[in-house]
Amino acid sequence: MSELTSVPKAISGPSSFLDDRLGAGNFLKRNLRKIFPDHWTYLLGEVALYSFIILLLTGTFLTLWFKPGMEHVIYDGSYAPLKGVGMSQAYASSLEISFDVRGGLLMRQMHHWAALLFVASMMVHMLRVFFMGAYRKPRELTWLIGVILLTLALAEGLTGYSLPDDLLSGAGLRITEGVAISLPLVGTYITFFLFGGEYPGMDVISRFYSLHILLIPGILLALIGAHVVLTWVQKHTQMPGRGANNHNVVGAPFYPAFMLKAGAMFLFTFALVAGLGTFAQINPIWIFGPYNPADISAGSQPDFYMGFLEGSLRLMPAWEINLFGTAHAGTLPLSVIIPALLPMGIIMTGLALYPFLERWVTGDHRALHVSDRPRNNPHRTSIGMSAIVFYGVLWLLGANDELSANFQISLNVTTYVGRVLVLVGPVLAYIITYRICLGLQRSDAAVIGHGVESGVIKRLPHGEFIEVHTAPIDTVEDSLRAKEPVPMLPVEEDSAGIPPKGMRGPLGKLRAAMSKSYGGEKIPLDDGHGHGHDDDEHAAVGSGDDKSITRH
Amino acid sequence: MTRTTAWRRHPLARYAVLVLALALIGVAYATLVQGSRPADAALASGKLDDVAQGKSLFQAHCSSCHGLSAEGTSTGPTLVGVGAAAVDFQVSSGRMPAANPGAQAPRKPTPRWVNEETTRQLAAYVQSLGGGPTIPSKDQVDPAMGNAAKGGELFRANCIQCHNWGGAGGALTRGKYAPSLNESSPQQIYEAMVTGPQAMPVFNDTTITPQEKRDMIAYITEVRSQRDPGGFGLGRIGPVTEGLVAWVVGISFMALVAIWITAKKRKKS
Repeated sequence: MSELTSVPKAISGPSSFLDDRLGAGNFLKRNLRKIFPDHWTYLLGEVALYSFIILLLTGTFLTLWFKPGMEHVIYDGSYAPLKGVGMSQAYASSLEISFDVRGGLLMRQMHHWAALLFVASMMVHMLRVFFMGAYRKPRELTWLIGVILLTLALAEGLTGYSLPDDLLSGAGLRITEGVAISLPLVGTYITFFLFGGEYPGMDVISRFYSLHILLIPGILLALIGAHVVLTWVQKHTQMPGRGANNHNVVGAPFYPAFMLKAGAMFLFTFALVAGLGTFAQINPIWIFGPYNPADISAGSQPDFYMGFLEGSLRLMPAWEINLFGTAHAGTLPLSVIIPALLPMGIIMTGLALYPFLERWVTGDHRALHVSDRPRNNPHRTSIGMSAIVFYGVLWLLGANDELSANFQISLNVTTYVGRVLVLVGPVLAYIITYRICLGLQRSDAAVIGHGVESGVIKRLPHGEFIEVHTAPIDTVEDSLRAKEPVPMLPVEEDSAGIPPKGMRGPLGKLRAAMSKSYGGEKIPLDDGHGHGHDDDEHAAVGSGDDKSITRH
Repeated sequence: MTRTTAWRRHPLARYAVLVLALALIGVAYATLVQGSRPADAALASGKLDDVAQGKSLFQAHCSSCHGLSAEGTSTGPTLVGVGAAAVDFQVSSGRMPAANPGAQAPRKPTPRWVNEETTRQLAAYVQSLGGGPTIPSKDQVDPAMGNAAKGGELFRANCIQCHNWGGAGGALTRGKYAPSLNESSPQQIYEAMVTGPQAMPVFNDTTITPQEKRDMIAYITEVRSQRDPGGFGLGRIGPVTEGLVAWVVGISFMALVAIWITAKKRKKS
């Protein structure tokens, strides 16, 4: 290394030029050595980021040929079964991209696959953050930005999906219109602003186009920037374990270690999208045909991220309220409003409020940088799982016609089962998850309490056989011992039987009850049986002369 | 003398061997001639007419549900007036004779007695009972003579509500379903339109002219034989399988990649 003490002039010249003007050297020195913790789940959010970059690139390519117009044209391109068929300009130009633009179909397919991957990886990333409690102070704003990003991604997907103006996307547009117009009071106005008149009109594609390529991506880009900068500035959370605490970051520096990993992750994401775009057909609009409001197809489905809305619409009984008993006075179509707004509202509002609700219940105002293991906060994990089941049942039932057609189940049965499952499933998931979490905590306590099974059978002098337990390896033990009780408010009544301040009204009592249930230590680590009593069989390992030990 | 030798020399042994040999020859003969048509000779000489032959086939294979004179029973509807096209559709696609009562009779391999000849005879018999739609001619169902683009518009307007944009089929209520059109012959597609089998409505010649039917057949056969330009077609049922691939292939792949990338730990110095 000694021969490289002086920097070559070709490098030192420009770099000191920049350094003198931008102060770039200090900035880089500080940031290139930024430490990032290492865990595979921390890379999932990056998949969303890289999918977004691919979306921007392929989307730009598509705008060069796409014509967002609804003027009626007669198709005269290469796809024979549609020759001479009347269609909108948007659909005709989508066909042109697919069949007559070199590489156009590949770009279209990559764009669509990247869109699915974008939303899917956001969801997985969000679940990771939720279950590890990485949304807690000081990261609530990052979390909120993430929730907004997810909502915007759904809107971005919906508008983009509608652009080719094919029969399938038209069905989605029709449902969008139905939902918009079902809203009391404002429904007709919203529909009018969106469609510029009676459905479908001539404006909706060009309006969706500006939303899809300009407004929403612009906001997405800005928010993604804010999301990443916040992560950078606040530093990434880390897994509990050796040396990690709330005042440090254990990991590898950005340059070179993390940069290489992130770069590799980008290349793999790109490879996946390119591979899927090449080998797996997606959204074959030429088979669907041009949109015509009179036509509707069996198996009309939205893209997966809208599936839960589709499912809730399909599960909903046909309820409606006719004001004053007549349709002339106005109708409140509950069968549309409830499925369109309620599940989305529950999920998105729930996500946005969760960090604040949790803090209200636990009273935990510390800045936390160490993740929870999901089992160590069993109520949170159970709430997350029941939300997944709620969402999952709706999502699954969005495809109930395909389930019925491909697995020979009566369509009506899928609906009835779905209606029960969407209510019972989350409750069952909550109970089962809670029990599993406690079971896992017990198993952790057992590992700390009397070690792990070594597979060695030992015979004691009096003839008894025992299995020798050994201490877990350091890294495992550290991460187990990092467990902390879930914080709890001071809810105990004083000697006079008076609850503490703020816990007295009905809301306060509820808060105290929730805190008591949510917080606290369910299975203390040292509660494992056999921690050093002489009459316990496992205690015998402690008295042995081998490596086996017992923890007190 | 062992026991076997004693058996062999038993007075009845020769008869037993004879019977066994005859049985073997009989079974072998029956197996060999199974494929050929038993009524060939009679038909060639014109001694049997189709209606009479069809009636006996009907009574053997169909009458348990449809009644001895096709008058219908509690388990099967009357076939008076359904026409030859209905018989040809149901029998040539294996839907009839039905294997078991259910929401809908599925397409299945035809039983051994079914062939072009016997189907024609059966159809002639049912046609003789009360008329109805007849089997279309070869020209009427020739995809080459139809206009696929025109047929596509009609197909989207009339068929895809149940059969899906690509003819992949779809679910109907209470276990009924619209079957996939991928295996249907042009003749079967035509017959289904004129007879309206099972849950399907009838598209008679005033609703959709024979020329338009041929256009639709042209569209259906052209699209189903098309190679998917975008790669593997994923069953052509749209976003459900696409979403499945995005999660099962996409997210699993990226998770495995992430695990692999972070698995390479720095050696402790």
